[in-house]
Amino acid sequence: MKIRLTVNGKPREADVWAGESLLTTLRDTLELPGSKNACEQGECGSCSVLLDGDLVCACLVLAAQADGHEVTTVEGLRSDDGLHRVQQAFVEAGAVQCGFCTPGLVVATAALLERVPSPSEDVIREELSGNLCRCTGYAKIFDAVRLAASRP
Amino acid sequence: MSTTEQQQAALRRARIGESGTRHDATPKVTGEFAYSSDLSAAGMLWGVTVRSPHAHARIVSLDIAEALAMAGVHAVLTHADVPGQKTYGLEFADQPVLAVERVRYYGEPVALVAAEEPEQARRAAAAVHVAYELLEPVVDMGRATEQPPLHPDRPTMAHGYREDERPNVVRHLVIRHGDPDAEGDVTVSGVYELGIQDQAFLGPESGLAVPDGEGGVDIYVATQWLHVDRDQVAPCLGLPPEQVRIHLGGVGGAFGGREDLSMQIHGALLALHTKRPVKIVYNREESFFGHVHRHPARIWCEHRATRAGELVNVRMRILLDGGAYASSSTAVTSNAACFAVGPYKVANALIESTCVYTNNPPCGAMRGFGAVQTCFAAEAQMDKLAVELGIDPVELRLLNALGHGDTLPTGQVIEGVLPTAEVIRRAAALPVPEPEQLPREAIRLPGGAGNTTRGEGVRRGVGFAVGFKNICYSEGFDDFTAARVLLRADGSAEIHCASAEVGQGVTDVILQIARTELGTDNVVLAPPGTAAVGSAGSASASRMTWMAAGAVRDACRAALEERQRTGGDVDVERIYRHPRTTPLDPETGQITGERSHVSFAVAAMRVVAEVDVDLGLTRIVWIGTAQDVGKAINPLAVEGQIEGGTAQGLGLALMEEIRTRDGLITNASFTDYLIPTALDMPP
Repeated sequence: MKIRLTVNGKPREADVWAGESLLTTLRDTLELPGSKNACEQGECGSCSVLLDGDLVCACLVLAAQADGHEVTTVEGLRSDDGLHRVQQAFVEAGAVQCGFCTPGLVVATAALLERVPSPSEDVIREELSGNLCRCTGYAKIFDAVRLAASRP
Repeated sequence: MSTTEQQQAALRRARIGESGTRHDATPKVTGEFAYSSDLSAAGMLWGVTVRSPHAHARIVSLDIAEALAMAGVHAVLTHADVPGQKTYGLEFADQPVLAVERVRYYGEPVALVAAEEPEQARRAAAAVHVAYELLEPVVDMGRATEQPPLHPDRPTMAHGYREDERPNVVRHLVIRHGDPDAEGDVTVSGVYELGIQDQAFLGPESGLAVPDGEGGVDIYVATQWLHVDRDQVAPCLGLPPEQVRIHLGGVGGAFGGREDLSMQIHGALLALHTKRPVKIVYNREESFFGHVHRHPARIWCEHRATRAGELVNVRMRILLDGGAYASSSTAVTSNAACFAVGPYKVANALIESTCVYTNNPPCGAMRGFGAVQTCFAAEAQMDKLAVELGIDPVELRLLNALGHGDTLPTGQVIEGVLPTAEVIRRAAALPVPEPEQLPREAIRLPGGAGNTTRGEGVRRGVGFAVGFKNICYSEGFDDFTAARVLLRADGSAEIHCASAEVGQGVTDVILQIARTELGTDNVVLAPPGTAAVGSAGSASASRMTWMAAGAVRDACRAALEERQRTGGDVDVERIYRHPRTTPLDPETGQITGERSHVSFAVAAMRVVAEVDVDLGLTRIVWIGTAQDVGKAINPLAVEGQIEGGTAQGLGLALMEEIRTRDGLITNASFTDYLIPTALDMPP
């Protein structure tokens, strides 16, 4: 079936099969491999994207459900002015190692700061607990969230 | 470039000892970084692996006709299609590329399919009909030496290890030190068991194999050791090594789980057969079968000490389950034995370490490599001993702390610095947070958002432990790293080193060394591959920074000298080796030269935990650690390694275990195999 959606501000079309996940469409058809496939069960958050501004796991959303909606992926956070402040903070804080979880965590953090501009320690931990990271032990990720929150 | 990107570029150019930002951080935060699972090529097919649903069975028949006839399918291959050597292995070629007559573990590769679309390949894989005759699986490591041999040809024997006639022994090592019967004033004993831990790197196994049109193949893969991949792949393809070129694809974590091959030979077989590029990407379930795990262990210990707390004799029997194939089990067996006592002086010891073949998941390298299992047992013993003696557990450790000039149970004298006492003192001196008052938010209690308690039944405790491990390869293994420097007359330089960047930051280490040595920021690192430079060895054994730094330093210095002499562009390659190690005596476990290990690392850790004693739920409140890291080339990256390693240790202690039933993994998903989340780690 044909779907039409807005991805990172641009109108896009894709021919998908009924059982196809939004993640597969983004990665394999729309050539946006930034969202990662690490579990396909909604456990790890590596495929986190914004669907009409809400944080979702793209592996748990059918491509067909995104028809007529707006999707923002990690590729859409950067602007002509440079990196999104969350991306910049992840770079500076040393929050990136292998980086496979990073796109998901960057999207999840951007969504968090949009809703809660100055999150407490507990809120940061709870809000990011759906995004697994195996390299960092999360300490530098928490540093990055605080750094991003401290900037306009 | 925008202002922030310019600032960042400046930050990137760190030299030795400076915390620069990663060279690959920007492409990783923007989603542009290409992992091995993100690769594609024109005309690409998708490969899928048919795997055994049984832990131990004979293959009665294999019927590929239906699968081969399905739409979009280009190839269905079995062991008969492997043109060269039928088996491979990191140290011993005991693992079939595709099962021949018999399967020895759940998930063992039996056949391969390549098709136009991934879904077509998956459906065709389901249409490969394999008839099995079930055999009794060997699943209890304690009984393995009494059961029929899984490898009657005994591939790990006659390599200089102790001869052991019992069936299913991978390696049996005995270290006899001093008088193994020496008595103490007090004795404590215990039996300790650990389950199987998974590396659980987030980027599942994946890669792309591209035929070169001349009979050779290029493989782009997430791996830890490019050259040894090549040396295992080429003989199975029946090709000379130069016709197999391995290129590092972006690696989504490793932790030992990418030392062994996954899709490399399979992808190449399909690509050479179909004459088309073939991509293979494992899903999470398949990843649990796609790599080796941390050995489960059963460890019996007896510690004898004087009334004053001095260790007199340590006796340990270590049993490791190696699973179906050898992988690096022989080295893990040795590491478990060598570091069994921990960083403590003891005049007498009898340590027996045995690894067996079973039909459980194959085990091999994972962060800590044998020293983790025995650390758990030996440190628990030190706590028991402290209770028995009425001595503070930190004081007991300090009293026995190993240092420069002391002797290991293998007879090796510690030549360099080993600040065991210093890291113990520093970890013990870190200020611990005050107990939190009740009532509190549920997520600050054991059980967390499960809301299982208001604090009644919650007790607070402090744990203290010391870890001890080798750095670099040991036991006479020829440990070297090659680096090549192209230094141009304009002062710019290109470095080649086949070290695998697996997230640990070795690329930045190399660039920092080269910038410092060459005195310029105009340095780039070429993409790692097997064609342009010699082997780097593996990104493992805590060795890559040491070895790559040595090789790059030597190559840079040689390039500068050469340019001085010739004035023009120069291109030099140098190989770095650390001081030589030698094997252990197969009968006594004693060193046969000056050393079996070249260097050591020691770490002390203090943990505050709260336990709901009614429910057994645990919350880690605080973790403090002091570690000997040597010279921190990039302090920010070193902190990241310590924090990440700590999280994996917390996972092993509290939640991680691959569960099996009759050899079958029952929790091959992130829903059922839990790794620490942001809520499990202390702030």
